[in-house]
Amino acid sequence: MSSGVSNGDIIQIRDLCKTYRVGKVNVPALRGVDLDVEKGHFLSIIGPSGSGKSTLFHIIGGLTPPTTGKVVVDGKDLSAMTDAARTRMRKRTVGFVFQKFNLLPNLTARDNIAVARYIGGTDAKPEPEFEEVLRLLGIGERLDHKPNALSGGEQQRVAIARAIVNHPAILLADEPTGNLDTENSKAVLEVLRDLNRRLGQTILMITHNPEAAAYGDSTVHMRDGRIADRT
Amino acid sequence: MRSLLSILLIGVPVTLILCLVGLSHGFIEDSQKRQRGSGADILMRPKSSSFLSLNGAPIPEQLVGYMAKQPHVKMATGVYSVVVEGVTLFATGINYEEFTQMCGGFQFHSGGAFQRPDDVILDDYYADQTKAKLGDTINLLNAKWHVSGIMEGGKLTHIVVPLKTLQERLENAGKVNQIYLRLDDPANTAATVKYLTGIPALEGYPIISMEDFTSLLNVNNIPALAGFIAVVMGIGVVIGFAVVCLSMYMAVLQRTREIGILKSLGASKGFILGIILSEAFFLGLGGTILGILMSYAAAALIHALKPASLPMTIAYDWWPIAGAITVLGALLGALYPGLTAAAHDPIEALSYE
Ligand SMILES: Nc1ncnc2c1ncn2[C@@H]1O[C@H](COP(=O)(O)OP(=O)(O)OP(=O)(O)O)[C@@H](O)[C@H]1O
Ligand SMILES: [Mg+2]
Repeated sequence: MSSGVSNGDIIQIRDLCKTYRVGKVNVPALRGVDLDVEKGHFLSIIGPSGSGKSTLFHIIGGLTPPTTGKVVVDGKDLSAMTDAARTRMRKRTVGFVFQKFNLLPNLTARDNIAVARYIGGTDAKPEPEFEEVLRLLGIGERLDHKPNALSGGEQQRVAIARAIVNHPAILLADEPTGNLDTENSKAVLEVLRDLNRRLGQTILMITHNPEAAAYGDSTVHMRDGRIADRT
Repeated sequence: MRSLLSILLIGVPVTLILCLVGLSHGFIEDSQKRQRGSGADILMRPKSSSFLSLNGAPIPEQLVGYMAKQPHVKMATGVYSVVVEGVTLFATGINYEEFTQMCGGFQFHSGGAFQRPDDVILDDYYADQTKAKLGDTINLLNAKWHVSGIMEGGKLTHIVVPLKTLQERLENAGKVNQIYLRLDDPANTAATVKYLTGIPALEGYPIISMEDFTSLLNVNNIPALAGFIAVVMGIGVVIGFAVVCLSMYMAVLQRTREIGILKSLGASKGFILGIILSEAFFLGLGGTILGILMSYAAAALIHALKPASLPMTIAYDWWPIAGAITVLGALLGALYPGLTAAAHDPIEALSYE
């Protein structure tokens, strides 16, 4: 374990900077982020467009390396990791949920979940307890449909099931209700809260909607690539 | 749709290879079978003839009688063969009595032996192909012939005419271009070939046992054929390669977002490359299977149109070869798109519309 931070924190970020290089121009997306998240916490992240919320998720989730700073996720230091090591980390440590659902269109809901299991390195059939999770998500009856036969809310709940099927330490949800109507948004948010309360799933959720943010235990406000405050 | 088109395009060169090989094998098997059908044990060919063509100075007919008197030779007959079409379709002038005695007689479907000097006997293949019937007058070698019989195929040649008439019409009286020998006992073949080759009067004439002659008939002995097959195979590889490369590149572009999704789930570069390569493998396999099916169609078509001049067999032994080459081309073609896909940045791929 790294020194100086409490052992209960599943995410420890110190002075994280991320600069994208677009052609000859440097685009700073994160300019010194400090953030600790406890295991089992439900954290909402809110902030204006371009403030670096998604970038922060991409780094925590190992989709892109940090430029400078220290990022420790579930005891693993991402800044020291190779590309391949970050890929391995994505299999089991984090699960992503996106605004656009991002289900594989040619596969049924069940197979979308199975693909994640397969990539994660476990046999394709989830353990029996997962049936319980599917019931919690309210999609048990819809598993043999392809995404285009499912409503947006159902697709997003399938995406959530896929994201947690490998029991990740952290669930990263980037505007999960951004494409949903109020009713479906509510269903998805309640599912996230249930996962957090009943299974102790650590969740980070980006949202533009303060009402949605209220489902979290606490809220972080981002502005210009920094964390402005935490409530 | 894209996959079906790719499979079709990959299948075409497979069909080409299989047809080419099938035609060469068919031609060779057919020639072997018909040569053996002559019933001869030894054959003598013109001086300086190549083994496939009978070009070269013809053999004086008097030699037939001389050969017949040699030890162990039970009978000898001279024939004159001329190409009618392509490389496989000969018309052969025979001495009817001698030849039928040697080959065991013709089996007639209709009609029978020559009655007139301008008579011709066709085998069933050639008769089918040209729709000729008993009693018809047909044109061959710039002359008219009267069909006196239709016989079962497999006896040396598709078209048989009286030797005398053919010699006269070709202004080649007293010449033959092949002499067939039948021995008292086939066991004496090797010794007799050796003995005959040693006779000074026969110097320069290739004398060869039927067994050796038919075994010489193979793809490698047909000049340029082996090379031609290699070229067509090369074209097959290139087409398979290019088709799969383009097709898979398109697929990778179309599925950029899906690739990003898989990567966000933790799929490694090797995993993505594996998906692309296995799809290419199935395209190659599908192309091979379609190519094989189309080669059956081609064989049926050829058989319906030209049974006598284009004998074609199905080259089963070439299926694995054609398949391996095609799959190899497909895998090579998928390598670049596959590596491109594997190298996609997951964030960009996910934001790709
Ligand atoms: N792959 C990239 N290449 C170059 N610049 C990028 C890339 N991703 C993000 N950026 C830039 O980094 C900054 C932060 O972007 P980010 O997507 O993290 O913002 P965000 O807070 O998620 O915004 P939104 O609410 O619109 O999703 C923006 O200026 C963006 O243009
Ligand atoms: Mg964003």
